[in-house]
Amino acid sequence: MWKENIKPVLRGVKYSLYMVRQNPLTIIGISIFLGFILMAIFAPAIAPYDPYEINPPELLQPPSSQHFFGTDECGRDIFSRVIYGARISLAAGLTITIISMIIGSIIGIVSAYMGGIVDDIIMRIADVFLSFPWIVMAMAINSVLGRGIINTVIALSIVWWPIYARLIRSQALSIKQMPYTEAIRALGAGKLRIIFIHILPNSLSPVLVQASLDIGGAILWCAALSFIGLGAQPPSPEWGAMITVGSHYLRESWWYATFPGLMITIVVLGFNLLGDGLRDIIDPRLRR
Amino acid sequence: MDELLNKNILVIKNLKTYFYTYEGVVETLDGINLTFEKGKVVGLVGETGSGKSVTALSILRLIPWPPGRIVDGQIYFKGQDILKLSEYDMQKIRGNEIAMIFQEPTTSLNPVYTVGHQIEETVKIHNKINDQEARERTIELLKMVELANPKRIYNQYPHELSGGMQQRIMIAIALCCKPDLLIADEPTTALDVTIQAQILELILELKERLGMTILLITHDLGVIAEVCDQVAVMHAGVIVEKGEVHSIFRDPKHPYSKGLLKTIPKIDENQDILQEIKGEVPKLINPPTGCRFHPRCPYTMDICRKKRPDEYIVGNSHFAACFLCK
Repeated sequence: MWKENIKPVLRGVKYSLYMVRQNPLTIIGISIFLGFILMAIFAPAIAPYDPYEINPPELLQPPSSQHFFGTDECGRDIFSRVIYGARISLAAGLTITIISMIIGSIIGIVSAYMGGIVDDIIMRIADVFLSFPWIVMAMAINSVLGRGIINTVIALSIVWWPIYARLIRSQALSIKQMPYTEAIRALGAGKLRIIFIHILPNSLSPVLVQASLDIGGAILWCAALSFIGLGAQPPSPEWGAMITVGSHYLRESWWYATFPGLMITIVVLGFNLLGDGLRDIIDPRLRR
Repeated sequence: MDELLNKNILVIKNLKTYFYTYEGVVETLDGINLTFEKGKVVGLVGETGSGKSVTALSILRLIPWPPGRIVDGQIYFKGQDILKLSEYDMQKIRGNEIAMIFQEPTTSLNPVYTVGHQIEETVKIHNKINDQEARERTIELLKMVELANPKRIYNQYPHELSGGMQQRIMIAIALCCKPDLLIADEPTTALDVTIQAQILELILELKERLGMTILLITHDLGVIAEVCDQVAVMHAGVIVEKGEVHSIFRDPKHPYSKGLLKTIPKIDENQDILQEIKGEVPKLINPPTGCRFHPRCPYTMDICRKKRPDEYIVGNSHFAACFLCK
């Protein structure tokens, strides 16, 4: 029986694979994404050195066969640190995106379904969040909560949800008018069932695309807040924090800040390509 | 009164549903009276905008507020006034005792779930049964609506089925709890003629088997003549004539029903110009005073502009709301 149940799913997967093959950029995006994930998971196996191990004789060594990306001011291997940094960035990026997606989706969909005054109030609150320069607000919240990567995650999630709320609301408003929503209501379904089992899955595809694009953004802004000293603190191998310290040595040791910066660039690019590809697969209307 | 409620499964009394828009109050239903005898098929005809679908939604209490609201009247279903029930009790009636089939089968099924899942869902909402039983019941329902290869269809998505098959699925969903009253809102409008006949036949057959009462909403007089026992003609939110289907078709009393029947093209005459009823359904924000049909009526008298006609008895259980029949 499970074989029969899985059949439609298999057909969907097959179609998606076909769609992915059509677009080389999507393949690049997926490769970067997978590489990043594997790097984060198998960091201890890949990294040749302990990222926290101080090695005074080898301060600020340029890239060589021993130290692919050189060493930092304490003699720590930058290659190993960059690889461990992937764990922090992945965890932070995913958490920010998932938290803001869940909060935003619930608020947005309830707002759309309830309509009227509830909708007005929720959307005006979202407007307040969106009208304020959000990176400034994230900095302010992060400063109030105190330094640290967890507070950065909280701060970014707080400023990020209105994007999802707006997005899913606009979708849900049109789904709410569809005859099948009325049909299931006529069959005796309750409010919660209609909202979360019938409207939500139909409104979700643009949200998932936005999320896949946003993971890259979340990693970038998390690194940015760490760079200005609000997020991860040294000696954590967080990429943004590494760039902060590395920037002091930029004249004589170019490799220190360059490689973490390069990693951020590649990962964010990867997530953007992946997001574009996903959008093409999920929403055929947007296909070029 | 009690006798009336016992004999009839559904009694609608003086139902008024208004929509409150920015431009003003739209009196979409203005005093509807209808009775549904158990086991009969009642047809509701009228032009677009005459309030047929609003009547159906009012019975299920699905008028969206804002902007719509049932402002007056009673709807007695099996002897109790369902307008007084709580929303929770009403949910138990919807789909369980009163079910509805919609006009567009294509958009009335949720595109993200398989057909089997959607039937099962409704089965599970109203019955406490486990997955295995629900699945068996679903396959059984798919067989009941005469779909070939139900096991295959169970795993298919709505877009993989034809319009006729989708409408059969809708029927299966509507009938999963053996409702006492089935509201069919233009169930065949989106289908082609041969499929229409099949679907109507299926609905009638299932009606016999399950002992349902049916409210059939349509603007197709051919469909009414074919399947209905009784018919009510609606115009601008008012029922202008109602009675046994043969007496209305043979001898329509209200000028609107007469006009409506004249619009059917005759197959045995050479007609150059199709018949029509002059004008259109009046805007219900400022409905015409008196009889709502008087601006379009060929027999308008002075009294029509001033007074609203009552329902006058014109034959054996045949009523018409027109001063000509007084």
